[in-house]
Amino acid sequence: MSELSVNHLLGIKYLNKKDIELIFKTADHFKEVINRPIKKVPSLRDITIANLFFENSTRTKLSFELAEKRLSADVINFSAAQSSVKKGETLIDTVNNILSMKVDMVVMRHPNPGAGVFLSKHVSASIINAGDGAHEHPTQALLDSYSIREKLGEVKGKNVVIVGDILHSRVALSNIFALQLQGANVMVCGPKTLIPKYIDKLGVKVETNLRKALNWCDVANMLRVQNERMDVSYFPTTREYAQQFGVDKTLLDSLDKEITIMHPGPINRGVEITSDVADSKQAIILDQVQNGVAIRMAVIYLLASKIKQ
Amino acid sequence: MGQKVLLNAKEVNIILHRLACQLIEKHKDFTNTVLIGIQPRGKYLANRLITLLKEDYKIKNLQTGQLDITFYRDDFRRSDKPLEANATEMDCVVEDKKVVFIDDVLYTGRSIRSALTAIQSFGRPKEIELLTLIDRRFSRHLPIQPDYRGRQVDAINEEKVKVNWIENEGEDVVYLIYS
Repeated sequence: MSELSVNHLLGIKYLNKKDIELIFKTADHFKEVINRPIKKVPSLRDITIANLFFENSTRTKLSFELAEKRLSADVINFSAAQSSVKKGETLIDTVNNILSMKVDMVVMRHPNPGAGVFLSKHVSASIINAGDGAHEHPTQALLDSYSIREKLGEVKGKNVVIVGDILHSRVALSNIFALQLQGANVMVCGPKTLIPKYIDKLGVKVETNLRKALNWCDVANMLRVQNERMDVSYFPTTREYAQQFGVDKTLLDSLDKEITIMHPGPINRGVEITSDVADSKQAIILDQVQNGVAIRMAVIYLLASKIKQ
Repeated sequence: MGQKVLLNAKEVNIILHRLACQLIEKHKDFTNTVLIGIQPRGKYLANRLITLLKEDYKIKNLQTGQLDITFYRDDFRRSDKPLEANATEMDCVVEDKKVVFIDDVLYTGRSIRSALTAIQSFGRPKEIELLTLIDRRFSRHLPIQPDYRGRQVDAINEEKVKVNWIENEGEDVVYLIYS
């Protein structure tokens, strides 16, 4: 059998199509495992994983921790808010201190783009990027594609629009790479101020009219407006944003075909999507969360299998 | 590298009938029994036995499953090749049932050790038996023995036993492959 072409998961950019297929195939098996009466396998008994979160996270952190525990790995958690980072310790020092406690793998979220890549060059452990600034969030993109594959049969040839705050989104960039690698057509849609200037160079379509975008697509991935990353005002008011780029049931029902709605969470109900859309049958938001555990188990398992004794 | 035939199609067929009859002798109408093929190769033997039991011996309501042991193996990160997982299909409850593991070749016993751990994820069976087409005695690493065996083989470690099935390889035959 093939194995991953990489020793770290730093971004989708570093993966090839075969890697994604292998991750999905492995995730299929783990999805069966997590629906058993006893949802745990002993594979990673002798692996220790450190979850380093230098930035807030609820879903991703829980999902990683659950995936690690389902694989029987030992888990240690670290969040920057309660650590010596506040006392001035550098990233490499922090991580090397943790690694000297015999840690095999590091799952890291960091506000700076490229933090994972930087770390992978300086420490010996296997690194999984759980989000680095506005750069990449590879496991989110993998679980998004996996959920599309599950819902629509395959990703190839599907039209996917990513709507919202593309500029500040690591989910958008990883999704663009992952979807294109699998042969999907990608469009981004949002206010001009929230679309990076040269994004069309990545081979994606750009649209500022939401209705046109939704009529084109099979799947709409709705992103949150990341107010916490905005240093200036990118649109007049939240209300105006919701009117122009928010999806409600009336808009959804007026489309020519039934489209699938995705959201990486957390949802701002009433802004990017209304409650009736989020809770509708067309939304696969909670399936994404369940698939997230299976995908992360697959990624951790496949990377751990490359750590030789 | 050479090979010799250990069992031909006719012999395999006779053995399958004998194993089916031995199962009937022990498990009667199979109401409390679950037959489980161990992935990847045990499922072929399991499927053949299940077909025989249903069609030739008119056993109804057989409970069956396929168990993959990849995530329970003890050689994760120790073998040169990455371990490839296969599908597990366990649609029946094994709690308080008599489980029969079915595998084509019993060699070191490590796969069966893993299967014993894996099955616990689906409940606590009343008892577990092992049926195997080929028993390579003298090669065991663990104290595991079959309850039903097709043929006992004295193969040394460098030799390999290969079981071919008509639905997969186009012929029913068991080879001993030696270097």
